[in-house]
Amino acid sequence: MPINLYIFLALALFSIGVIGVLTRRNAIIIFMCIELMLNAVNLLLVAFSKMHLADSMAAGAAPTLTNGIDAQLFVFFIMVVAAAEVTVGLAIIVMMYRNIHSVDVNFLNRLKN
Amino acid sequence: MNNIIDYVWLVPLFPLVGFLLNGLLRNYLSKSLSGIIGSGVILASFVVSILLFMQVKGGSTGVVTLFNFIEFGKTSIPFAFQVDQLSSLFLLIITGIGFLIHLYSTAYMHEESAPHFARYFAYLNLFVFSMLLLVLGSNYVIMFIGWEGVGLCSYLLIGYWFKNIEFTGAAKKAFVMNRIGDAGFLLAVFYLLSKLGTVGYADVFSKVDQLSGQDLTIITLLLFVGATGKSAQIPLYTWLPDAMAGPTPVSALIHAATMVTAGIYMIARSNILYTLAPVTQTAVAVIGIATALLAASIALKQNDIKKVLAYSTVSQLGYMFLALGVGAYTGAVFHVMTHAFFKALLFLGAGSVIHAMHHEQDIRNMGGLKKYMPTTHITFLIACFAIAGIIPFSGFFSKDEILAAAFANNPVYYVLGAIGALMTAFYMFRLYSMTFQGSFRGTHEQEHHLHESPAAMTIPLVILAIFSFAGGLVGIPEVLMQGGHQLNEFLAPVFAESTRRMTPHPIDHTKELILMFGLMAVILVIIIFAWKKFSGYQKTDAEETGLGKVLQNKWYVDELYEAVITKPVNAFGKGLEKLDRFGIDWVVNGVGRSVQYASRQFRLLQSGQVGSYILLMVLGMILLFVLQVFLKK
Repeated sequence: MPINLYIFLALALFSIGVIGVLTRRNAIIIFMCIELMLNAVNLLLVAFSKMHLADSMAAGAAPTLTNGIDAQLFVFFIMVVAAAEVTVGLAIIVMMYRNIHSVDVNFLNRLKN
Repeated sequence: MNNIIDYVWLVPLFPLVGFLLNGLLRNYLSKSLSGIIGSGVILASFVVSILLFMQVKGGSTGVVTLFNFIEFGKTSIPFAFQVDQLSSLFLLIITGIGFLIHLYSTAYMHEESAPHFARYFAYLNLFVFSMLLLVLGSNYVIMFIGWEGVGLCSYLLIGYWFKNIEFTGAAKKAFVMNRIGDAGFLLAVFYLLSKLGTVGYADVFSKVDQLSGQDLTIITLLLFVGATGKSAQIPLYTWLPDAMAGPTPVSALIHAATMVTAGIYMIARSNILYTLAPVTQTAVAVIGIATALLAASIALKQNDIKKVLAYSTVSQLGYMFLALGVGAYTGAVFHVMTHAFFKALLFLGAGSVIHAMHHEQDIRNMGGLKKYMPTTHITFLIACFAIAGIIPFSGFFSKDEILAAAFANNPVYYVLGAIGALMTAFYMFRLYSMTFQGSFRGTHEQEHHLHESPAAMTIPLVILAIFSFAGGLVGIPEVLMQGGHQLNEFLAPVFAESTRRMTPHPIDHTKELILMFGLMAVILVIIIFAWKKFSGYQKTDAEETGLGKVLQNKWYVDELYEAVITKPVNAFGKGLEKLDRFGIDWVVNGVGRSVQYASRQFRLLQSGQVGSYILLMVLGMILLFVLQVFLKK
């Protein structure tokens, strides 16, 4: 599959994420949109990793296991960090619901001015 | 103890210990104890000084290095003491007269409370310590430490009665005037360091040929600026008369016998530099003679017993500078010595009078005191003869030596110097007659309390009187006695290099005798005239007119300085203060105000809307992305 299809897909996912974050007020939806953006990036990383491996094979380089593997390592890191972030974020949202009985971020304006 | 010179550090150590004891324990010491400590340490120093002097007289001199004081680059400045003919002579003067004055002070200052009494002796001990550092140092830096130390002590002691605003003002004036001179001294030291890389006397004097004529002139002139401050010469002399605000023994010790001769010591010490800088020598001689005449003329019309003596001191210091300027270094040191005797005696005598008169200092209210205080009277008279220059009193020999050297160098100096000597005789005997002769002009109450001072005060007077009388016999001129000038022989090694490089101006012996005794005859006439004129002095309310008024007002020099220097400087300072308040302060406060204003405006951006924050964040990221793409090319 050509690389540009992956790029389009990633771009679409990322844009949906951004727009979701900007327009929605429900904290859980915003959270999901952030996950969407993260995974768009993950997708790109994996796609480019694959592309580079293919390119170096085509150029006649000796096939090695490590070629292009670093990008995939990043993906794992991002997944781990995202998982950690989700636990913290969901905990915050639970606390928020307990305090103001809503998950609407626009209620959180007590630090105004 | 085979060589006493190795123990020279004992000399300044004793006064330092005395200072620490009296200074730290002043609240616990009784008056008699602090008096004993204060005088005892000086006596101990004096004993060591005598031993040192004997050793030096036997022909051994030396430099004793205690530790390395400053080290940088290739230069090292040791903390070292130099024991030679010049410094050992000064040691004797400082500790000897210093001890007598300490002894005198125990009686003079007896009215003070114990802590203040101890404070007085602490300052006095500190002064002696600094003065000893000044003369003992083997390089200009140590000398400078002492130089500053004596200035500080002078300030502290002038302002000893600090509750009197006028006195503290006089102290400040002395300090500031001295600082002006000190700046010159310091610059000279830096100049020496930059040119020769050393400030030790021995090194500097052996490398003196490496200095160009211009360097020598600049260094010697700068050093001389320092000397004019410390030794009260034109234009920095005005502090010395005001310094009479301090206790009288202080005036005797600091402002007559020792500190004010520091400038003469310094120039005598650097004699080679001065010998090689004829321009400076002329400047020194001219300023010396001008100061001698100016101060003597002011002294003619002063009515404060201490002010007359103060101007007299300035005038006599002028003579010493004249001697230095014409290359008569021995003559200058000789006059320092005899002057220390008779001027200390005069001040202590004046102190005795003031003590008896209950702090009355105006000689118009005195008169006839010889009846009440015979010892003070006789010793004061001896000092007057000594300062006037009557043979065989000590002042005759030293003044004659200076005047003879001046004549050999330039007869104009001699004529001016002789006029000054006549004025000296006149004002001294005016002072003497108005104080001791005639009838008492003070109040009845004062007359009732008149008494001779206690033994602690009269003993120093008597001892000093003996020296004022006989002190000149160490320097009898060749004309009067072959080999009579022992001081000259003693000091010869110090001035040897200068003597070698100077062209001698021999003076005809007959001429010298005529000048010597001719001048003395005129002085005697003046003395008789002044004695007669002022013995029958009566108080008048008539104001002085013409020149008399000018002299009484000290040539209006203080007013001149006030108008030419103090006021413009104050106005300049006021201007700068305005610039500070309305210029610099405005800018500084403006920065603060603008930050406050800006933060008030930026605060509104914090809306609390999470959405808007995120929007701004995304916009920022997009902006960075765009910049990255477009600016990378």
